[in-house]
Amino acid sequence: MMMNNTLRNQCKLLAGSLVTGKWNKNQYKIIKELGCGANGIVYLVERENRHYALKLSDNGTSIISEMNILKSFSKVQGSTLGPSFLEADDFIKTGKQLPFYVMEYIHGHDFLRFIEKKGSSWIGVLMLQLLTSLSALHTNGWVFGDLKPENLIVTSPAYKVRCVDVGGTTLIGRSVKEFTEFFDRGYWGLGSRKADPQYDLFAVGMIIINSAYPGRFHKNGEGYRQLNDLIKQKKELLPYRKMLEKALQGQYDTAIQMREDLVTVLSKQNHSKKKGTSQAATRQPTTRQPTTRQARRSQNHSKNKRGGFFETFLLVAIISMLYVLYIYEQLL
Amino acid sequence: MKAGTLRQILLITDGCSNHGEEPSAMAEIAREQGITINVIGVMENDVIDEKGLKEIEKIADSGGGVSQIVYAQQLSQTVQMVTQKAMTQTIQGVINRELQQILGDSRTMEDLPPEKRGEVMEVVDELGETSKLEVLILVDTSASMKHKLPTVKDSLLDLSLSMNARMGDSRFSVFVFPGKRNDVEKLLDWTPNLEALTATFPKLSTGGLTPTGPAIREALTYFNKKRSLRGLLSHDDEQYFEESM
Repeated sequence: MMMNNTLRNQCKLLAGSLVTGKWNKNQYKIIKELGCGANGIVYLVERENRHYALKLSDNGTSIISEMNILKSFSKVQGSTLGPSFLEADDFIKTGKQLPFYVMEYIHGHDFLRFIEKKGSSWIGVLMLQLLTSLSALHTNGWVFGDLKPENLIVTSPAYKVRCVDVGGTTLIGRSVKEFTEFFDRGYWGLGSRKADPQYDLFAVGMIIINSAYPGRFHKNGEGYRQLNDLIKQKKELLPYRKMLEKALQGQYDTAIQMREDLVTVLSKQNHSKKKGTSQAATRQPTTRQPTTRQARRSQNHSKNKRGGFFETFLLVAIISMLYVLYIYEQLL
Repeated sequence: MKAGTLRQILLITDGCSNHGEEPSAMAEIAREQGITINVIGVMENDVIDEKGLKEIEKIADSGGGVSQIVYAQQLSQTVQMVTQKAMTQTIQGVINRELQQILGDSRTMEDLPPEKRGEVMEVVDELGETSKLEVLILVDTSASMKHKLPTVKDSLLDLSLSMNARMGDSRFSVFVFPGKRNDVEKLLDWTPNLEALTATFPKLSTGGLTPTGPAIREALTYFNKKRSLRGLLSHDDEQYFEESM
């Protein structure tokens, strides 16, 4: 508490003020504050007509660790999960040296508000994306660590889920140091805080549960039983039950495995909407495939189906609109 | 292979000492022995008064550690964060001293360009992950702490969870003050697992004095006195020996 106050005073910058780096001499103009974390304030800044996010801190240690993580993130090929790193420098403010780093500005809605606006049917789709990104991260030897809705941003116009706070990212095998209790398997007594892919998958499970319990809840000491009971109480969570059970108990070896099960759940939901549940049940074994490539194919498959549905709908809509116009003209 | 041992005392209290030696003087002695003292002030509905606040800050300052005032609900996170932060701080202190010897003219990590600092920080993180850690937990069990003790217990279990996830070994011991007969009483001897903390712990409470200073002095004698902090950077023969067995 006290630390935050001094941090705020030291790192407080007004809109319009300039931050100039001591080493690289680049100049950034503050536009507004984006957020304030435990160890720094993030500003939206402008340099040469481009927008960036700039994190300023009075705690050199944590900010340098984050910079290291961001740098290694950009080495993870094909992963667009975190913001890309631009540069790190020091800002001298009234004689005191404040370290800062500059990264890509990720613009969009935060995850929970997005779901609120667009509907809960988006949760599954966004989690699919997240699991794909996590898989790339895990393959490169990293675990995200502090996965939670507050750290997820959905960009537009192409809805893509990205992460804005990479402070919890940890090398596999080391200890996770930044986490949030509700999303931490250690808190629920369901595993250690040693970074492994299962740690992130647990958090993904909790994000889904969080969407049904926006107010969250505390542990009562019963461990998995408590979570299982709460899942059963929400009908929107029931389709995910099997998958959540495996994720929360660390039974998925990879993000891809969990993703496959999620694909199955989602395609089941689509089928049940279109053709009734009995047929969906018979379809299940064919969509549930163990390998990556097949999983991707089955996903494309369901995408095509959805695309076809949309096409039909569009055609019908256009024809009926033309017909209405025709009748309207006839009446005149 | 280059990990040494980091030693810390974690003092959990809710106010001022009122008996025996000045706590910050004892903290100074601890620091001299390479032992860091962190202090957490726990509030619930009550507030810690100005005098208590000052004392908490002063102990951590003299003990080269970190202090933080929190509400009981946030204790778990804070205990973990404070321990971690103090470890980083200690390692950084050692590295800064080494850097000064190499670079001369009292330059520290902050004087390096950010890229170089990043490289140094990787070493700090690495050491924080692999070092051995000994934390002696010193809990104030004076009357006003009584209803906070269940939360304290939870937060200590949580701490061992976090620390045991590291690659390096962690050991804890728990002391309470005031003790039944002495200023301080040992509840749990050095162990990697705080689960052993008995069910009676939350019920402990003794009225009367708060001998923070004597408790720290007493606690210091439970650390084995060996090696300086420079052992962190040099190869550690003893550990080598232990591992080869």
